[in-house]
Amino acid sequence: MSEAESNVALRHTPLHAMHRRFGARMVPFAGYDMPVQYVPGVLKEHLHTRSAAGLFDVSHMGQIALRPRSGRIEDAARALEAFVPADVLGLGTGRQRYTLFTNATGGVLDDLMVSNLGDHFLLVVNAARKQADEAHLRERLSESCVVEALTERALIALQGPRAEEALAELAPDVRAMRFMDVRATSVMGEPCVISRSGYTGEDGFEIGIAGSAAEVLCETLLRHAAVAPIGLGARDSLRLEAGLCLYGCDLDETTTPVEAALEWTIPTVRRAGGARAGGFAGADAILQQLAHGAPRRRVGLRPEGRAPVRCGAELYATEGDATAIGRVTSGGFGVSLNAPIAMAYVPAAHVAADTRLFAEVRGRQLPIVVCPMPFVPTRYKRSP
Amino acid sequence: MLKYTKDHEWLRMDGDVATVGITPYAQEKLGDLVYVELPGVGAMFAAGAAAATVESVKAASEVYAPVGGEIVAVNDKVVAEPGLVNAEPTGNGWLFKMKLSNPAELTTLLDEFAYKALTE
Repeated sequence: MSEAESNVALRHTPLHAMHRRFGARMVPFAGYDMPVQYVPGVLKEHLHTRSAAGLFDVSHMGQIALRPRSGRIEDAARALEAFVPADVLGLGTGRQRYTLFTNATGGVLDDLMVSNLGDHFLLVVNAARKQADEAHLRERLSESCVVEALTERALIALQGPRAEEALAELAPDVRAMRFMDVRATSVMGEPCVISRSGYTGEDGFEIGIAGSAAEVLCETLLRHAAVAPIGLGARDSLRLEAGLCLYGCDLDETTTPVEAALEWTIPTVRRAGGARAGGFAGADAILQQLAHGAPRRRVGLRPEGRAPVRCGAELYATEGDATAIGRVTSGGFGVSLNAPIAMAYVPAAHVAADTRLFAEVRGRQLPIVVCPMPFVPTRYKRSP
Repeated sequence: MLKYTKDHEWLRMDGDVATVGITPYAQEKLGDLVYVELPGVGAMFAAGAAAATVESVKAASEVYAPVGGEIVAVNDKVVAEPGLVNAEPTGNGWLFKMKLSNPAELTTLLDEFAYKALTE
């Protein structure tokens, strides 16, 4: 047994006291003291989210508002399109989209959600990247937009098949929302922004609300029989089963959107021949890969045995090979599947489903099979 | 009487055979276990060598041989049901038994009082 401890001063979210009161085990994550699990533990919390509703504190994530100086949302959309390979101009009011900040070589600086709230865009970015993202936007976009980091805001995710039922008791209008809808509304008299999205593969919502109002909202939601607090441990196992990327593991500045199997985030209008083709950082490299393919690709993997294959494990094409062909970027235990699962980057020749590879775990090469993602079917509410 | 290591293994002596597991403190820190890998019977380990692996949803941790010796039995029940280590870490959740090469190494282990002091 071994363990490392750090004594770095950690930041607290507005829900920190609540986590402690619920007996959460706290761990450092992206500079914050965050709940990795509550009393029931990761396995029960994971399964609770899949069967009822899980409440997650994700206030460590960055929330950034982009307001057009001209007052015209199209101006902010055009400005933002220089940073992301998405159709921001075509994103309607009340809609949200998943996209990527790219760098000059086509790598990914961060992955994010962009919402059109009518008079401004709201961006939700990764905790570990929020300062960099904000600086990046402020430096290059200040001429056309006011960039405002919403540092006093909490972000609460309510995820699972009974999330709608629980949230609708406080905000009945959420029933009318479908997957990737977003609206500025109010809950218990507090203004908030609710999106119908999340990071678990389940139906659910994310609620941005003043930090000072977050605890009362959470306490109220938790009084619903279906709702339980869920820690970051289960958040990670849930997102892995859903095949969703974790920035810093599955995505970084060296992985392109095409390599990451995220080309679906790049619409025709931004591709070669489209009305607004290119025009984002790294467009040359990314459009080239869209046309001709990438040398490697992110794939799902299922170990044949029971042993989890974790981040960093080297992959080999044939048993006994000395030269690795790829590396696992996320790996662990799929709780709903009751089996280990992983994601990795492998060369294009090895990406077909059912391709058998070997992963090195504690000096042994274990068979592992390429498989489609998500590992667990997603249950987004795509139609009302 | 159990003996302990600073790496959170416990050990119970019966003649020259030690039963080894992880402490209640360790299982609590690790959280729900989902995989246990045990050594083969007959394998030899020096004191402090990685002899088994226990894995939670999130992480893998090595279990070190508290003393040197030969593995004479392993607990297949925890391989089939890793949660047994969480539920009964010093009982049915034991990991392996080893025949000591050098019983003098037992003096390097912590007693309950010293181990408690370490985890408080």
